[in-house]
Amino acid sequence: MLTYTVRRILSLIPVLIGMTLIVFAIIHAIPGNPAQVILGQRATKETIAALTKQLGLEQPWYIQYFDYISALLHGDLGISLRTRGPINQEVWPYLAATMELTVVAIIIAVIIGVNAGIISAWFSKSWFDYAAMVFALVGVSMPIFWLGLMGQWVFSIELGWLPTTGRENPRDPVTSITNIYLLDTLLQGRFDQFKIVFQHLILPSAALATIPMAIIARMTRATMLEVMRSDYVRTARAKGLRMFWVVYKHSLKNAIIPVLTVIGLQTGLLLGGAILTETIFGWPGIGRYLYDAINFRDYPVIQSGILIIAAIFVLINLIVDLLYVLIDPRIKFTK
Amino acid sequence: MAELAKNTADIQTTIPAEEKFIPPWKEAWRSFYKNRLAVIGLAIVIFFIIIAIIAPWIAPYGFKEQVMSERMQAPSSKHWFGTDDFGRDIFSRVLYGARISLWVGFFSVLGSVVVGTFLGIVAGYYGRWVDTIISRMFDIMLAFPSILLAIAVVAILGPSLQNALIAIAVINVPNFGRLVRSKVLSVKQEEYIMSARAIGMKDSRILFRHILPNSISPVIVQATLAIATAIIEAAALGFLGLGAQPPTPEWGKMLADSKNYITNAPWTLFFPGMAIMLTVLGFNLMGDGLRDVLDPKMKN
Repeated sequence: MLTYTVRRILSLIPVLIGMTLIVFAIIHAIPGNPAQVILGQRATKETIAALTKQLGLEQPWYIQYFDYISALLHGDLGISLRTRGPINQEVWPYLAATMELTVVAIIIAVIIGVNAGIISAWFSKSWFDYAAMVFALVGVSMPIFWLGLMGQWVFSIELGWLPTTGRENPRDPVTSITNIYLLDTLLQGRFDQFKIVFQHLILPSAALATIPMAIIARMTRATMLEVMRSDYVRTARAKGLRMFWVVYKHSLKNAIIPVLTVIGLQTGLLLGGAILTETIFGWPGIGRYLYDAINFRDYPVIQSGILIIAAIFVLINLIVDLLYVLIDPRIKFTK
Repeated sequence: MAELAKNTADIQTTIPAEEKFIPPWKEAWRSFYKNRLAVIGLAIVIFFIIIAIIAPWIAPYGFKEQVMSERMQAPSSKHWFGTDDFGRDIFSRVLYGARISLWVGFFSVLGSVVVGTFLGIVAGYYGRWVDTIISRMFDIMLAFPSILLAIAVVAILGPSLQNALIAIAVINVPNFGRLVRSKVLSVKQEEYIMSARAIGMKDSRILFRHILPNSISPVIVQATLAIATAIIEAAALGFLGLGAQPPTPEWGKMLADSKNYITNAPWTLFFPGMAIMLTVLGFNLMGDGLRDVLDPKMKN
């Protein structure tokens, strides 16, 4: 296990270096003078010169890259052009907000997706199976930003059940400790606020969960169908075990590996989707931070936002890979 | 001699008349046709292609024709899908939008197929350091969630529909590259490739006349499915303001422009989104059907 873990972590080094190169290129590959592009046509020569100096653009690119990497290794993500604040301090509350949103979304996607897949496989060719699979097909074809807007229209505006945007009641803001509001309100014993925060979470997390849910359901159904045809499942049933245990204990354990892969991959999709969802629901997460940066041409924030999300994605895939080995020790020997 | 002739005649007569040779494409079409969902997908795709072609003739208004006195009107017999905040007819804009989405979908995927296939063939055929470099590059690109990489590319090139197309083409290259590479690695071991090499055939001829045609069917399947994602990605970039610029009637951009009117004019959002979903659904259904026909092993 240790050798495998070390080898897997070492294989990340070239990927991480490549990622910093791409992110570094975001400013430096801009055709023409990047400072001019960032500041727009009406910028004066002095402001352009000042920005060029601030971003260190007058140096040769390899020195700039070296400086960039050494700053990164010291945890320095640069200064935002919009707020003039250091990005590594600014980004935390946004990151916590995104984490709250994506974790809730992935929980919804996994619970509903895996169970819908299992029930579809268990009662395959039933009306539930057909309905779930049609829903899954439509789900994967749905643009997430449209789904979010339609959810807002139906549940907030027409029915008035849920709040339209934001994360909390602006008149009664949450005192933040961890910036994960569900946790913060519980820690402070403010159950009234917890309810409000939870209501704010429902629409964005459901919108974000839909596509992964659909994909997870399809994957679970396919692998479960295969596993349930195998000999040991037949044996388990023949010795009189209840179907529920056969499905949830014997079959699921062997069907979970491909599902786990999909969950890992979907997390990346979730992080990407967060940019769109957060834009629609005014959710103050890293996606929203990035979106505002794009509109302001705040390139240091664009760079850091992309780097942070990509790094989280790589980390999640690493965790998923290590989980495989825990669940199925056979994998270790084949790699 | 006479006996031999008789035997031959016998053999000929034993071949039943109905077992005619069926060309592979015909057989493929037959099994595709049996898949009802795939046929529905194909019909949706054809429907949108036709709309895209004839949009200028069937659209009741121009896509940038503004009638300020008719702003934000609900769907009616005059404006089937209603009007937007500039008094433009949404039905006409959705029709014209089909041109843009299909154009971006087809050409971005074509770009990624050409570049991805080329890199995949080179990596798979030559192996060693060439393979290492190309494969590492793919790994790095795949380490980004795709929409983020697209944002990065557009951030470099500047926001426009053209650059969104390039960005989408770039982010899909590794998917095709990896697919072709793995296919080439297995085709390379086949005996006919070995014999081609033995008779002294040039690398380029082996690559493009023998390996490529035998590696292409999963690429076709993947390309169909990739058009679906490309259309969504283009709309997402448009929605973020990084794709099509006004007054281009791009579906994602239309959603972004109307999102503030959700309370009093929800139709401005409903129809463009519905168009995106239907087109994408069409390509997904068709792609699933094609996969069952062309590449059953890839299923699930």
